[in-house]
Amino acid sequence: MKDIRKELQQRILIIDGAMGTMIQRHHLQEADYRGARFADWPSDLKGNNDLLCLTQPDIVEGIHRQYLEAGADIIETNTFNAQRISLADYNMEALAREINVAAAQIARRATDAFNAANPEKPRYVAGAIGPLNKTLSLSPDVNNPGFRALTWNEAVAAYREQIEALVEGGVDLLLIETIFDTLNCKAAIYAAKDYFASTGKKELPIMISGTITDASGRTLSGQTLEAFYISVLHANPLSVGLNCALGAAQMRPHIEELSQLAACYTSAYPNAGLPNAMGEYDELPEQTAHFLEEWARDGFVNIVGGCCGTTPDHIRHIAAHVKKFKPRALPEIETELAV
Amino acid sequence: MTKILPYMRLSGLEPLVVRPESNFLNVGERTNVTGSKKFARLIREGNFEEALSVARQQVENGAQIIDVNMDDALLDGVQAMTTFLNYLQSEPDIARIPVMIDSSKFEIIEAGLKCVQGKCIVNSISMKEGVEKFVREAKICRLFGAAVVVMAFDEAGQADTFERRVSICERAYDILVNEVGFQPQDIIFDLNIFAIATGLEEHNNYAVDFIEATKVIKGKFPLVKISGGVSNLSFSFRGNEHVREAMHSVFLFYAIKAGMDMGIVNAGQLVVYDEIEPGLRRLCEDVIFNRNNDNNESTDKLIAFAETVKAKGKETIKDETWRQGTVEQRLTHSLINGITDYIEQDTEEARLKYPRPLEVIEGPLMDGMNVVGDLFGAGKMFLPQVVKSARVMKKSVAWLTPFIEEEKKSNPAAQQGSAAKILLATVKGDVHDIGKNIVGVVLGCNGYDIIDLGVMVPADKILDTAVKENVAIIGLSGLITPSLDEMVHVAHEMKRRGMQLPLLIGGATTSRMHTAVKIAPQYDNGVVHVLDASRSVTVAGALLSDEQKPKFLQDTRKQYQQLRDDFAKKRTVKQYLPFQEAQANPAAIDWKNFTPVAPGFTGTKVIEDVPLSALVPYIDWNPFFIAWELGGKFPQLLDDEVIGKEATRLYNDATQLLQKIVAEKWLQARGVIGFWPANRVAPDSIALTQTNGETLQLETLRQQIKKAPGQPNFSLADFIAPKETGLQDYIGAFSVTISGIEPHLEKFQAAHDDYNKISLQALADRLVEAFAEYLHEQVRKEYWGYAKEEQLDNEALIKEKYAGIRPAPGYPACPDHTEKYKLFHLLGGETTTGIQLTESLAMYPAASVCGWYFAHPNSQYFGVGKIKPDQVEDYAARKKMPLEEIQKWLRPILEDEA
Repeated sequence: MKDIRKELQQRILIIDGAMGTMIQRHHLQEADYRGARFADWPSDLKGNNDLLCLTQPDIVEGIHRQYLEAGADIIETNTFNAQRISLADYNMEALAREINVAAAQIARRATDAFNAANPEKPRYVAGAIGPLNKTLSLSPDVNNPGFRALTWNEAVAAYREQIEALVEGGVDLLLIETIFDTLNCKAAIYAAKDYFASTGKKELPIMISGTITDASGRTLSGQTLEAFYISVLHANPLSVGLNCALGAAQMRPHIEELSQLAACYTSAYPNAGLPNAMGEYDELPEQTAHFLEEWARDGFVNIVGGCCGTTPDHIRHIAAHVKKFKPRALPEIETELAV
Repeated sequence: MTKILPYMRLSGLEPLVVRPESNFLNVGERTNVTGSKKFARLIREGNFEEALSVARQQVENGAQIIDVNMDDALLDGVQAMTTFLNYLQSEPDIARIPVMIDSSKFEIIEAGLKCVQGKCIVNSISMKEGVEKFVREAKICRLFGAAVVVMAFDEAGQADTFERRVSICERAYDILVNEVGFQPQDIIFDLNIFAIATGLEEHNNYAVDFIEATKVIKGKFPLVKISGGVSNLSFSFRGNEHVREAMHSVFLFYAIKAGMDMGIVNAGQLVVYDEIEPGLRRLCEDVIFNRNNDNNESTDKLIAFAETVKAKGKETIKDETWRQGTVEQRLTHSLINGITDYIEQDTEEARLKYPRPLEVIEGPLMDGMNVVGDLFGAGKMFLPQVVKSARVMKKSVAWLTPFIEEEKKSNPAAQQGSAAKILLATVKGDVHDIGKNIVGVVLGCNGYDIIDLGVMVPADKILDTAVKENVAIIGLSGLITPSLDEMVHVAHEMKRRGMQLPLLIGGATTSRMHTAVKIAPQYDNGVVHVLDASRSVTVAGALLSDEQKPKFLQDTRKQYQQLRDDFAKKRTVKQYLPFQEAQANPAAIDWKNFTPVAPGFTGTKVIEDVPLSALVPYIDWNPFFIAWELGGKFPQLLDDEVIGKEATRLYNDATQLLQKIVAEKWLQARGVIGFWPANRVAPDSIALTQTNGETLQLETLRQQIKKAPGQPNFSLADFIAPKETGLQDYIGAFSVTISGIEPHLEKFQAAHDDYNKISLQALADRLVEAFAEYLHEQVRKEYWGYAKEEQLDNEALIKEKYAGIRPAPGYPACPDHTEKYKLFHLLGGETTTGIQLTESLAMYPAASVCGWYFAHPNSQYFGVGKIKPDQVEDYAARKKMPLEEIQKWLRPILEDEA
């Protein structure tokens, strides 16, 4: 398959939209999540979307196909919470590995079918690595700022297990996304680099996508965008970008800033606006696409797509709107200081 | 096309990009257990909260990177590093800057790297124990994305020659860049600064070798950084700070020129290269460059010089050679050194030399004060010194004033000075003004004309005066919490009147957060919180410069907006209990096994004629030094490397003044105590029986924040036996004051002696606190007598190691000032002690203290913290006060307020 870097020089690549939003459309019930295999599982399983890779693989593959049809170049595996720390909510720590392998295989299958049909437009599978449901930089106990609910070693072990399984299942890229706490992200980078170095496997490109939580332009753990970027640079990432928490309208100044800073490619996949009073996203596909078209025109981005609330329709419109623009050119990296 | 340059990039919560123009990077060194006794003690005691204050001080003093070192044989280094860095991450003011993780043990470094989200520096790794270990550790640093300090060290030992420094660095560079994959800009070489002028010939060329190696390595690898521990250089002159500081400054002057980028330095200890006396400077240059040094000739000369400084000791100040300078030089010298001995004589000489008396002020005096201002701004002079300079200035101006008046009379058209005016006032209802006076002096030293309206100044008077006098800035001060509201009111009025001038906010209860959330939104033309007197100068400077003002105000606005956002965000983070649940979780006190002790009397007793000498042993000196902006713990701070000298001088002056106050009976101590039968009659209500048989009910406030399991939600009422236990319990109260200060303040004022004026005020505050401490002891041992056997020294008293507490209305355990009405009523009203309550319930004289006595051994101090509306409503009902009114008084602790 073609090197993704070559593709990125040619055009703006499209990453898929929300998985959760699409799963909701299937109105799955507790029994659907359980399937036959987990019929007697002691805890409730409804809402454990990553488990569907094992119990409803056809639904997951169907969603991937819809996004591929809509024009997505990069498909994210359905593994946002699939490491043992988050899966502990369902007492499913032991299934972390299996879910990731299965998720990667499902996405691989869907993508390979499209690649076979049209080899001119290569599509890639990105192993989605979410932020964990615990943070390494923040204390959950207001009375004890020195306390942490999670240790670095636990985080690295969980990420390592997930990464191994994703690689084994055949992903092309690793995508560390929705980063609220940069230290969690650093644990994931550590796990990935250490995994490739110690196994001697060829290192897969790493995409990094942080989350700015409000208009002040900082992450939840308090870093400014530039501080965040500097803190993850050592991953030598394929791309750095932003996703989630904000709609495109709110994300614009931040992606603009990042496009000035970043030595690598940039990515952005915002939510479909901000949630309304009912917690639903109602920005229309044309609206989202209109914002992203501006970013493409202004040269801010190399990879665009959608996060919470976006659908294959959004992706189709986004793909159509950014198609005519050249991708952001990589900045010139000087290796000497001007004298 | 955008270009990305190969700068070193580090980060905390904010980025630090090291550009060529960044000049020298200061690495804060005090959060190091090997270098700071105070920090080491705090860490050993597990007092991480206070250890953070050491870090905060570093940041406030301008450290751009903070070095953290936990290498102490008595510590579990991994644990200490982890816990301290976790704490540090929770303080945005500190976590803002990058961390340098400093240890000789790599496992401690690794533990540190696991705690920090930003891009750190590891200090250090080296080839000391072989290349294999070096590569392994470098790879781990790389996995964490850290930059590294590499010591010029290999298997054969530490590099001590030019050639070894260069060859080791070349080898390390090659390994790091080509084998491990480091970016050159992430490498910092520590080229080993060794002691010179030790008397051993082989040490003489160390500094030269360092500087030369710096040049060559920067030439070969322009992107790397060069660092070193500067204080090693002058190791052989230990104890002679004068010479050491000069050596460091001279060395850095040349090393930075050669390409040195950063270093662990105590910035406060550096003298400016240009200010070193030429003789000493030349001697330093000779030893540093190993010039004229055959047979250690230069070394011997410097040692000989050092001996003279040492022999003279403190008397060096009596060196009268400065009297031979020009009159301008002499005036400057007097101003910088706070010498009043010759000021009138020199001023007169200058007056005769200059055509007009005003030109003496605008010329040499202002020039001298500008030097003082610069030195203070650069942290090279401390507040007590600046106030002494001001005394010299005022004396000089006083000498000139009659001549200026004379000139005005004979020539009314003559142009007079046009210094910008700054108005200062303590707001209505508040009587505290030490901080405001200090700010006034410091600003006065920097050439501003200060209009000080004093204390308890209503908004209208402040604003009318500002208009009438055409001032450029208004500064408000206050110490008690209701003053915060008054400041909001002043800001609001400024907007209503359409005023243009900026408003500064300062004082102990004020904060950047409160200013941002509450005051700044009231007024659009600039509201700035000023942390302390030293900041007031730069702030005033920026606001009065047409070029700087717009950007400064814009930056401040942005910062405050950010604070408001943070505040809005944070509010939802803390969890609170419904008031009823908080009430259901009181302090668990085992009343079954407790018998209350009946006091020796009930009703009140006036305490007078306490000799001041009895109070002196009870003085807690720490707040005295804080008032003078000399932080640190007494008495250790007297030996502090940076401020010790000045703190000792201040302490000597203060004890002398105190002796005078005591011997000449300047001040009087007067107080009243009382005890009454009391029981808890509701979760937060205490009913006490007055001597006339009537019941008076006290209302207390309860912590409402959600506590860790097993932790109670405290309320003072918890410490009084509930009615239903059948026990007869008691409560006490006191108020004490130190009076008679006014004539003495006026005397100092008239002598233009702010230094002694401020010290006197601060001492009166100390004496009244000592009085309260003294009386509390008498109460425990005698009047109430529940702890007759107690034996505690002053240290233990300050640490409150005794049984029982004496919380004051308006302070954290009972934040409602209005309970003071009941306290004063019980103690016989204002006439008993002469203390008056202002409309904001501050006490006048300012040196006054009051409070309740609780005797139960489990009673303890706590902060009520923020409370929710359900408690406020209940409290208003219990106090039978309108909700709006009680909200006004409790505003600082309402959960939705800053």
